Amino acid sequence: MSSRRSRISEEEINELISKLQSLLPETRRRGPGRVSAAKLLQETCNYIRSLSKEVDDLSDRLSALMETMDNNSAEAEIVRSLLRS
Amino acid sequence: MDSKSSACSSPNPNPTLGPSKLMLAFRFLRALSLVRRTTPASSRTCRGRRIERAAYASMAYTAGASRAWSRAVLRRLHHRARRRAVAPRRLSTTAGNRAEALRRLVPGGGGMDYCTLLEETADYIKCLSMQVELMQGIVDSASSYGP
Repeated sequence: MSSRRSRISEEEINELISKLQSLLPETRRRGPGRVSAAKLLQETCNYIRSLSKEVDDLSDRLSALMETMDNNSAEAEIVRSLLRS
Repeated sequence: MDSKSSACSSPNPNPTLGPSKLMLAFRFLRALSLVRRTTPASSRTCRGRRIERAAYASMAYTAGASRAWSRAVLRRLHHRARRRAVAPRRLSTTAGNRAEALRRLVPGGGGMDYCTLLEETADYIKCLSMQVELMQGIVDSASSYGP
């Protein structure tokens, strides 16, 4: 796999980091002030870990709910409520 | 200094169902149906793991083949029965070695240059949080259904 450019400019990196920052939940609390790149990468890692954990937990919950849901009308209701949101 | 960060607004906390969200919902619900039909009723843990795989598969298919992370997820899912792949190729430049922890968390992150890693991370985060939102919505809806 080759890299797309031979020189990566500092500005491009800053722009991408800024874009990442806007996606993190901490940013919504703190506001768009400047944070060090290292701190930001750390927050990004933490966020990805917490999202993965949520997928894990929600999968378990869905599995438990599936056990009790044995009819199609429940599924239809779920689809309807999703489409309404 | 640059004022580009002012253009980055926080994402809408309650987005309406956009086209990719709808595609994701469709794929995931279809996968859930399949899991329910094909997994024995007694094996809750096994079903939980299958649901988790269905979540990542739905995410990856919805993101499409243009993303390195989604290709990596699908490779991993399709080859999970085989041995783990060897350690990813490391780039030798400083830029290529930055953010080692992040590279381990983003699928396919090991072989990317730094710029690509940052772009892929942003997309991966968006899709992951969309998946979480979807699953939470289903759980809420299923929990409140019935007496």
